[in-house]
Amino acid sequence: MGRQSLDLVEARQCCGIARLVAKVGNKNDELWRRFAVAVPYLWLLVFFLAPFAIILKISLADPILAQPPYSPSFDSDGSPAMSLGNYGFLFSDDLYAITYLRSVAMAAVTTVLCLLVGFPIAYGIARSSTETRNLLLLLIVLPFWISFLLRVYAWMGLMNNYGVINTVLMWTGLIKEPLQIMYTDFATAVGLVYSYLPFMILPLYATLERMNMDLVEAAQDLGASRTRAFWDITWPLAKAGTIAGCLLVFIPAMGEYVIPYLLGGPDSLFIGRVLFDEFFLNRDWPLASAVAIVLLMLLVVPIVLLQRAQARDEEQAA
Amino acid sequence: MKNFIHIKGVSKHFGDFVAVDQVDLTIAQGELFSILGGSGCGKTTLLRMLAGFELPTFGSIEIDGSDVTHQPPYDRPVNMMFQSYAIFPHMSVSKNVSYGLRKDGVAKKEVGRRVDEMLELVQLAELKDRKPDQLSGGQRQRVALARSLIKRPKVLLLDEPLAALDKKLRERTQFELMNIQDELGITFVVVTHDQEEAMTLSDRIAVMNGGRFEQIGTPKEIYEFPHNRFVADFIGTINTFEGVVTVVQEDEISVYSDEAGEVLAASGKQLVEVGQQIEIAVRPEKIFIGKEKPADSDGVCLEGTVDDLGYLGNRSLYRIKLASGKIVQVSSQNRRRSITRFLEWDDKVWISWKPDSAVVLLD
Repeated sequence: MGRQSLDLVEARQCCGIARLVAKVGNKNDELWRRFAVAVPYLWLLVFFLAPFAIILKISLADPILAQPPYSPSFDSDGSPAMSLGNYGFLFSDDLYAITYLRSVAMAAVTTVLCLLVGFPIAYGIARSSTETRNLLLLLIVLPFWISFLLRVYAWMGLMNNYGVINTVLMWTGLIKEPLQIMYTDFATAVGLVYSYLPFMILPLYATLERMNMDLVEAAQDLGASRTRAFWDITWPLAKAGTIAGCLLVFIPAMGEYVIPYLLGGPDSLFIGRVLFDEFFLNRDWPLASAVAIVLLMLLVVPIVLLQRAQARDEEQAA
Repeated sequence: MKNFIHIKGVSKHFGDFVAVDQVDLTIAQGELFSILGGSGCGKTTLLRMLAGFELPTFGSIEIDGSDVTHQPPYDRPVNMMFQSYAIFPHMSVSKNVSYGLRKDGVAKKEVGRRVDEMLELVQLAELKDRKPDQLSGGQRQRVALARSLIKRPKVLLLDEPLAALDKKLRERTQFELMNIQDELGITFVVVTHDQEEAMTLSDRIAVMNGGRFEQIGTPKEIYEFPHNRFVADFIGTINTFEGVVTVVQEDEISVYSDEAGEVLAASGKQLVEVGQQIEIAVRPEKIFIGKEKPADSDGVCLEGTVDDLGYLGNRSLYRIKLASGKIVQVSSQNRRRSITRFLEWDDKVWISWKPDSAVVLLD
């Protein structure tokens, strides 16, 4: 037996030991991994799934004058006493359908406006020098240091009939009578765009900042104008940030209550407002719960579809 | 040869900083021209002005007889291969390569044919449907090359084309690049900080420093006849001896150097005067090394001790300490196969070179 075969034996032994060590290590790793995954799941279970189950249960009950103000899910003899009556009511009354549609439309308009305003801002920040960049990012986040309600009130001060905007316009002589800005859909849209703009800018900035500027120059070098290079390169590569930003704006804007309540007109129908009214004014918890469940479905279905599409894209790429 | 690219008095200022300082340069058609320099010497800025990404502060650039100074990048008959390769990550190999043709509105059939032809040339035909993240570094480099060549530009600009490749691949790619250039006859302008790369690739090299050209010439001229200290130092290694001119003859001068402790001869007609302070420079591989004093020495012969040595396989490097304390680097081919060393530390040795190996540096 030569030196060579001896080496082989040694090597094999070494391999065995290494594998053993790796196995023990793997077991520990595995435990940690499960633990790490379990934490967010537990969180979701306690703070999302359980409340969701409760709301779902209430939405299937009838309103009664009692504490709590809804009928139990099971009769005294143990037979289930649940009905889809609330949902039937939602779908039979046009008011709810119109309100849902208006909310979707308003949230969509807000999202598009945020994208139109936010994209150039995010692009500008991503392309500025490091020091300016940090300052600009700070300015984007700065409003969060002031209470959200206070900022909405500030907009009331700007937009009401004797507010800053009207006063200035009348002073310059452009208008004689104050413009009715407050308590309109326009005011609501302004408030929504203002409040949710940072949620559009930040994810967009994150993707644009990582993008290699050589790519845009390469496209120009190969014959694309600036505009063409934007649509061919920058836009598709910013897709992930655009989707994230749009979701971050669309979802909360859809259920927004405070902004339409404070800035919108008395007849502006927003699903968040209907929800609030049913719950607190009418004390119809079951109907309010049904409204909430339908709202959730309206939001979840497109998101799931979008994620499916993205996953499919990635699979195709791989 | 026809002057194809004509750079006239071009400067580029960024605020107070002068990146390129009144540069003049002509490059012939079909030439493989390198701009060589350290980082911040202005070479990339010059390349970007050729590509159209930067506007010269002063001066003008002509390509093939027409002034392109103010032409935007997408209108120039010039394409660029980026140092980062800048391959579009969301497009397949063939979509990347065809991009330039598609933007020019070339017919679909023609695009397909030319893409296939180009991928054949860079040996990527079987990878045409891959996405960039499924390619190796060398493959990405070839995609970038194919993409920048497909429009048959009059000039191809290459920014550090081989810097991202490992050594073996770099050597192979170097020759591929030269073959492709030869085959297509396109004028190549290469920017690099790697002198070896510049030496093997180029027909001519411009050595750049502080926004100006120090010397423009063939690789041989630059290496063997450097104009000044910077060029001599930048390209390869060189030993320099400070000294005073003692004799000036028709085809040889003598220089006394304290550092060498000897009179050093340098052949050739030199524009110097007796008493002038100059430097004599010798490349390490031009110096012979031996244990005995060479008998037929008609050149320079100095005694010293081995201060340090290094074995590099094909050759050995020696650092020889002279009596004055001056260290001289010597490189010697390992012609004989042997396990024992020819020289050891602290050995007494003689180093010698011929007068025509010496370079006279005036500044």
